[in-house]
Amino acid sequence: MNLKLVPDNTNIGFVRMRYLAFGLTLLLTIGSIALLATRGLNLGVDFRGGLTMETQFASPPPLDRLRIEVDSLGVGQAALQEFGNARTILIRLPLPDGDQAAVQRVVAKVQADLKGKYPGVGFRRTESVSGKVSDELIQKGALAVLLSMAAVALFTWFRFEWYFGVSTVVALVHDVIVTMGFFALTQLEFDLNVVAAVLTIIGYSLNDKVVIDDRIRENLRKYRSMDIGHIIDLSVNETLPRTVMTSLAMIVALTAMLLLGPNVIFGFTAAMLLGIVVGTYSSIFVSSSLLISLGVKSRAAPAETRGGAERVVRAK
Amino acid sequence: MLDFPPWKVWTIALVSLLGVLFAVPNFFSEDAVKSWPTSLPHSKLALGLDLRGGSHLMLEAATDEVRKTKLEALEDSVRGELRDANGGSVPFADLSTNGGQLSVTITDPTALDRGVEALRKLSQPLGGLTGQRDFEVSVVDGNRIVITESDAGVAKAVNDAMAQAVEVIRKRIDELGTREPTIVRQGDNRIVVQVPGLQDPSKLKALIGKTAKLEFKLVDTAADPAQAAQGHAPPGSQVLGFADQPGVIVVKRRALITGDQLTDAHLSNDQNGRPATSFAFDSEGSRKFAKATQANVGKPFAIILDNKVISAPNINEPILGGSGIISGSFTTESANNLAILLRSGKLPVELKVIEERTVGPDLGADSIRAGTLAGIVAVVAVSLLMIVTYGRFGVYAVMALILNVFMILGVMSVGGFTLTLPGIAGLVLTIGAAVDANVLINERIREEQRKGRGVIQSVEVGYRDATRTIWDANSLNIIVAIIMFFFGSGPIKGFAVVLSIGIATSVFTAVTVTRLMVATWLRSRRPSVLAI
Repeated sequence: MNLKLVPDNTNIGFVRMRYLAFGLTLLLTIGSIALLATRGLNLGVDFRGGLTMETQFASPPPLDRLRIEVDSLGVGQAALQEFGNARTILIRLPLPDGDQAAVQRVVAKVQADLKGKYPGVGFRRTESVSGKVSDELIQKGALAVLLSMAAVALFTWFRFEWYFGVSTVVALVHDVIVTMGFFALTQLEFDLNVVAAVLTIIGYSLNDKVVIDDRIRENLRKYRSMDIGHIIDLSVNETLPRTVMTSLAMIVALTAMLLLGPNVIFGFTAAMLLGIVVGTYSSIFVSSSLLISLGVKSRAAPAETRGGAERVVRAK
Repeated sequence: MLDFPPWKVWTIALVSLLGVLFAVPNFFSEDAVKSWPTSLPHSKLALGLDLRGGSHLMLEAATDEVRKTKLEALEDSVRGELRDANGGSVPFADLSTNGGQLSVTITDPTALDRGVEALRKLSQPLGGLTGQRDFEVSVVDGNRIVITESDAGVAKAVNDAMAQAVEVIRKRIDELGTREPTIVRQGDNRIVVQVPGLQDPSKLKALIGKTAKLEFKLVDTAADPAQAAQGHAPPGSQVLGFADQPGVIVVKRRALITGDQLTDAHLSNDQNGRPATSFAFDSEGSRKFAKATQANVGKPFAIILDNKVISAPNINEPILGGSGIISGSFTTESANNLAILLRSGKLPVELKVIEERTVGPDLGADSIRAGTLAGIVAVVAVSLLMIVTYGRFGVYAVMALILNVFMILGVMSVGGFTLTLPGIAGLVLTIGAAVDANVLINERIREEQRKGRGVIQSVEVGYRDATRTIWDANSLNIIVAIIMFFFGSGPIKGFAVVLSIGIATSVFTAVTVTRLMVATWLRSRRPSVLAI
């Protein structure tokens, strides 16, 4: 017979756990903000400008010595970082003054020096971004995230009711902050690809919330005398098999990408994987339960409602 | 719900078939695809530089420079116009450029009006309904004429310079013989250059920074054509080939003028209204050209770009004002091409590299290998999960999933989109969306079954209710993808493109195609129980 990840008639009291969940959410959010404020993000060359060279050595090089060697070339303070494996090292340097010819000189100097000291070294990728461009990329990235959020809020508001919009956006902001907090914690490089990942998380998390919101709206119409808490519990439980199955499929696919995919998208995939977990959590525990706190009521007394078939719930 | 009229079946089959057909070239080698009949699709998916290696440069133009150059060129024209004004030369003094303004004092008050009239001729209308011109001529303090550039004029000058810079760069990169370079303008003053396969950006930068050698030389009419055909030229002369036609021509070694003294060249008309190419020199060039043409009326001269003769017109009369017209048997197109060639000698504006990315070929190959492997493993794992969970319905979902991947490849190949690494991630995400759609449908069918509904009804209601949710969720994702496309840059854009295409194809395959498969099965077998 077919596999059932969630048994039939599962009935977990999610709403009852909401204060616990709110506490956890608050803790995660504050923790992430604190991490962002203290450790900050390990911004990639896209966002802070500079020069990055991905080098591959025949055997793992001694990082401390390598750092001293590059520093002694007089091309500025080098930051070294293992990239995916111990043989692949990311060398980051400040952008030299002057024009692009200066960049070329720095690259040539480092390449010549390393080739002499470490036979078999290969240069896989070189990127240089000026401060002006990186500033623009930050602005564009932030703008894309903010506009997506605004569009989401508007869409949910028109498609459902305003409190669905509010609860969804609150949960999404939580997802984004926690993901960024994760990057501050692990110091994984935060580059443009990761911004794409954050936008994806918004998209995925949204998917999840729309599915549950859809079911809540449906049940509000179907069970007019049921208490809102029960309706939310019922809806979340009814959609739970779908939530678990889809999240599992995404986690399986992303784990394959994380383990087998190219190093270049490691940060990207890690962000998405975390985002799926956080997004699923916030869909089940945060956004739906938040509806109660926002004062959504079921249509217990039909006499109270105004006309209009769509308007089955009222906000207070 | 389960009713599929024949036209619907055919449409679905046709759309799916087209999607697969357009994806097929990607699985064959370049040569194999070339030998196919022309009726079959030939376009392959373009891979981004991050996947196949190559160089990417973002160049920014110094737009202030354009304004300055334009004013400097204007100074020469002002001098010429005042000298050749109607009714005799207008005496002037203190010709200077300052703060984006050009001012000149007319020393003879009675000639002021003639001066203004002469200078007004210099300003060009910009077209459009507002009747704006590229600069304004006004009189201050009674005897000083001030020429102020209009913003629209400067914008047009920058725009022209950028369009020309793109042409110049394209021409130069074509010399590399590299396949499919991309040279596009970005925003007001930027150009992005991408050359796949090129590992050394310094070569590319040198090429872009290089000035093509444009020269004007006298034709050596005394040379023996038979000797020239053998490659022999008299002393002091040389044999050169034409750029676009066979044959050779003998020219004097010494150049009359070099291209860096050419300030402009554009399509115009000769006195008979036929297409021609007009050109202009700076003050030094004008002087040299005047001298050379005065001494050689009736003789031909050659215009030489990088040692290839592009045109050899006759000197009909001395050209004194620094600007002349090359006329002959031109079409509008050939006259314009000559103008472009003349202009391509020099970048019209200084370009600075502000972003540079190079990906080695092994990293590109590694990435695509790793990406493909990860993609296959992900699809296999998800497929197994679906089949174990939903049985027959899972198999349908997997078939739709694979069709979805093909369709995305097909749309991207035929639409000329570029697949980048984030694009591959986008692909995986849309697979997720497709899986989710089927999970939603199948879970709904399960629910309906639990409620005790019959087979057909469970499937019908399951599809109907799930489809609404799928539409809600996917419209939202499309909105996010569109925002990402318009406001994101680089990798985010690549991701958004795949996501947008993927959402469309995944809704089609996960909802419509599986429904057709399920309906066909239900009608032919009429099962009494659903194993889902």
